[in-house]
Amino acid sequence: MDLVVFWIAAGVAGAAAVNLIFQSKPINSVLSLVVVLFALAVIYLQLSAEFVAALQIIIYAGAIMVLFLFVVMLLNLQKDQFLSERRPTLRSFGVLLGGTLIIEISLIARTFAARGVHAGAPVVSDDFGGVRQVGHLLFDKYLLPFELTSILLLIAVAGALVLAGRRPGAGIKGKSE
Amino acid sequence: MIPLANYLLLSTVLFGLGVIGVIISRNIITILMSVELMLNAANLALISFARWHGDPGAHVFVFIVFVVAAAEAAVGLSLVIAIFRRKNTVNVDDLNILKR
Repeated sequence: MDLVVFWIAAGVAGAAAVNLIFQSKPINSVLSLVVVLFALAVIYLQLSAEFVAALQIIIYAGAIMVLFLFVVMLLNLQKDQFLSERRPTLRSFGVLLGGTLIIEISLIARTFAARGVHAGAPVVSDDFGGVRQVGHLLFDKYLLPFELTSILLLIAVAGALVLAGRRPGAGIKGKSE
Repeated sequence: MIPLANYLLLSTVLFGLGVIGVIISRNIITILMSVELMLNAANLALISFARWHGDPGAHVFVFIVFVVAAAEAAVGLSLVIAIFRRKNTVNVDDLNILKR
């Protein structure tokens, strides 16, 4: 039963990821990425990472993807603006390189996972990966990195405002270039 | 129980698809989304190793990766908006002023 759920979620994630990179319309790519995120949240639940699965849906699919969707709709891109030239050599070259990379890493990962240490997952408590356990880690052992992430977010907000904010008087000059 | 190799295989495939997307796509927004896909592949590997070692410390790292992804998306997308305002395009082939 577990395996069936895993393969369904993995198949959905893989198919949506393929759809993401080969779509010509960016809006479809954004929605495919949302599908990938939800399928991954299912897999996180299987790995008893409930907190991370909830965060994945709330933060990733809920906030970050809305940002992408918003920008795609704000720019109102037409299909022709992306595929002005399809560049078939680059396409096949990229697929070849990426395919080689996938085969290489999966061979390494297979030998790595086949080692005795990783033969079976240990039995963990019901609380494993729950809000209580991860929260204790966040506010105790990893307090400094947690606080640093808030500074990182502050810097990102300031940077986004500086980059995308329209300065008074600069709008018309920027358009002319 | 599902073997660890399955999770690592899925993570590898998602990462490779992200690499392919970065190489072949000509649209900045799709490239940014492929980067997000690669971050998610890394998250999946972290979570599965956390389960196999019985150590939830990796969940904290995944949380930090979420924050980094959010910061990356915010800054990257505002760069896209700034570029679109000036050059009216999001095609990476048209953004070659550093080459000239």
